[in-house]
Amino acid sequence: MAGLTPASLTADAPAPAVAAPRKNRPTSPWQEAWRRFRRHRLAVASGVVLLLLIAAVTLGPFIWPVAINEIDFAAKLQGPSWAHPLGTDDLGQDLLARLIYGGRISLAVGLAAMVVAVVVGVVVGALAGMSAGWVDAALMWLTDLFLALPLLPLLLLLMYLFRDHFKRMFGVEGGAFILIVVVIGGLRWMQVARLVRAQFLSLREKEFVEAARALGASKLRLVVGHILPNALGPVIVAGTIDVAAAIIAESTLSFLGLGFPSDIPTWGSVLRDAKDYLDIAPHWALFPGAAIFLAVITINFMGDGLRDALDPRRVL
Amino acid sequence: MSRQYIIRKILIMIPSLLGISLVLFTVLAMAPGDPFEELATNPAIPPEVRAALRAKFGLDDPVWTRYLHWLVAMIQGDWGFSFVSRMDVDKLILQRLPVTLIVIGSSQIIAILVALPVGVLAATRPYSLFDQVANTLAFVGFSLPTFFTGLLFILVFSIQLDWLPFVYRANIDATGWQFYWEHIKQSIMPVMVLGLFQGASLVRFVRSSVLDVIKLDYVTTARSKGIGERKVITKHVVRNALIPVVTLVALQLPIVFGGAIVTEQIFRVPGIGSLLISSMLSNDTPVVMAVTFVIACLVVFFNLLADIIYGWLDPRISYR
Repeated sequence: MAGLTPASLTADAPAPAVAAPRKNRPTSPWQEAWRRFRRHRLAVASGVVLLLLIAAVTLGPFIWPVAINEIDFAAKLQGPSWAHPLGTDDLGQDLLARLIYGGRISLAVGLAAMVVAVVVGVVVGALAGMSAGWVDAALMWLTDLFLALPLLPLLLLLMYLFRDHFKRMFGVEGGAFILIVVVIGGLRWMQVARLVRAQFLSLREKEFVEAARALGASKLRLVVGHILPNALGPVIVAGTIDVAAAIIAESTLSFLGLGFPSDIPTWGSVLRDAKDYLDIAPHWALFPGAAIFLAVITINFMGDGLRDALDPRRVL
Repeated sequence: MSRQYIIRKILIMIPSLLGISLVLFTVLAMAPGDPFEELATNPAIPPEVRAALRAKFGLDDPVWTRYLHWLVAMIQGDWGFSFVSRMDVDKLILQRLPVTLIVIGSSQIIAILVALPVGVLAATRPYSLFDQVANTLAFVGFSLPTFFTGLLFILVFSIQLDWLPFVYRANIDATGWQFYWEHIKQSIMPVMVLGLFQGASLVRFVRSSVLDVIKLDYVTTARSKGIGERKVITKHVVRNALIPVVTLVALQLPIVFGGAIVTEQIFRVPGIGSLLISSMLSNDTPVVMAVTFVIACLVVFFNLLADIIYGWLDPRISYR
């Protein structure tokens, strides 16, 4: 019965099964996906908000050229004003500038960690899906093992053990960035691996793959040219949601004091500094928190819309 | 449910515990730094003493023997000594563990109490206004990171309304009902933060699981026998729809423990989560390793429990 229910309920009512007779203009699968994505109004709105957010953090420093570490004790802990649209912190630093800077880091961490997770996941999943027998069994055992690992404690442990080492090797900011991206990405690939393996198992028996094999295509060509493109839909959806999860993970680490150091303002580390001043300067905590929430919820809604567009059979 | 099924599940648990211990040990072994690093710069300690210390604690042994030594020590409960708290690590953890388990347990109950009725109602009226509102709220719920919800709760309920205390105190000088009331009052916020976050993701699981069941033939049969709609839903649909939800609750547990670490840190609940963070910030490595290992073991154990409950709820599973 699952097939009768549209993938997501935030989408508008399903279109009539028999569409108006169209001209025999062939539509590509991507056009089809775009048409389905547009029906999910919340996802489209989220996409717009997300684009605005990305534009704000990339173009922000040019429009609002205030230094992130300009200390002004005369203006400390002030609420929003014309001079400081989002107020100031306990050192009188401008919060808007700090949040723009932090947004760049947070979004970059999210994207980079997603790329790491997807690459590892696709490689593991493809290897498991193409090679039956003990390789498949071992890789899936590994995947299940990683799924059972408690993510946050392990993230914290890795940060705790390797932080100083990476700081020495790549500098304060670069070291933290590389370590966080690798660690988050390295602990979030399992979902993608399982999806890819499942897709590979069914796709590799399909006629078009058989045909390609009969034509003498090499195994690599089969995977890269024929199977992988058809397995991409669910991977894109999982990747989108991974971006949101990675942003939350990075903010959590920074909030707990084991991510980026305090002098590098990410959304999470600003929030950590703000939490002791909740009673006198609530704006300081509310703005970074709202920024994280906005980024995460828009990405999640986008993921929901992409699921409708690319993976219409899944209900959840 | 056969005894064989339980034994098989327990046997499957052993390799995953070994795997987790292997992962943890690898992480520790790969980590840069040497416990006797500080001695190298100390002119009062000759290099021979340092080498002797290294040999005594087995730091020069091959990796495999070190792993085995470490594993045996962990199994025997010899988890080392915390230099910060001045006590054995296992005692320290046993002291902190009950609070964490109570917080996690009650937040799971809250999550189920919220998610079950909302998810079932949403699934019985798919695409209605209620369903859409519930779904949007669920999205909001799991997009709000726990550390931000916690701060929002403190802002609203402690600072604005002044209803609840935002610091958890272990020793309350009150007796009788007052004592319990104070304890409940200070647990409300941490439990609600965790519970609502869990509930938000559970709502969607419950809804889709009920939707899968509600159109099956046996439900139509029950309806056509003239059983009232309410009874059909509670007695026939929900019972079967909940079976997969049990597994999903267990699969969510690693996330729950993560959330518990954050909420314990915000509200200063003296559980193992805040112990983990404070020992990381004070470089107390034996405690850090032991807490991580304990959390990993708990997750595996609860997964086993879920498997067993699953087999009990759905006997077909245990005959596979």
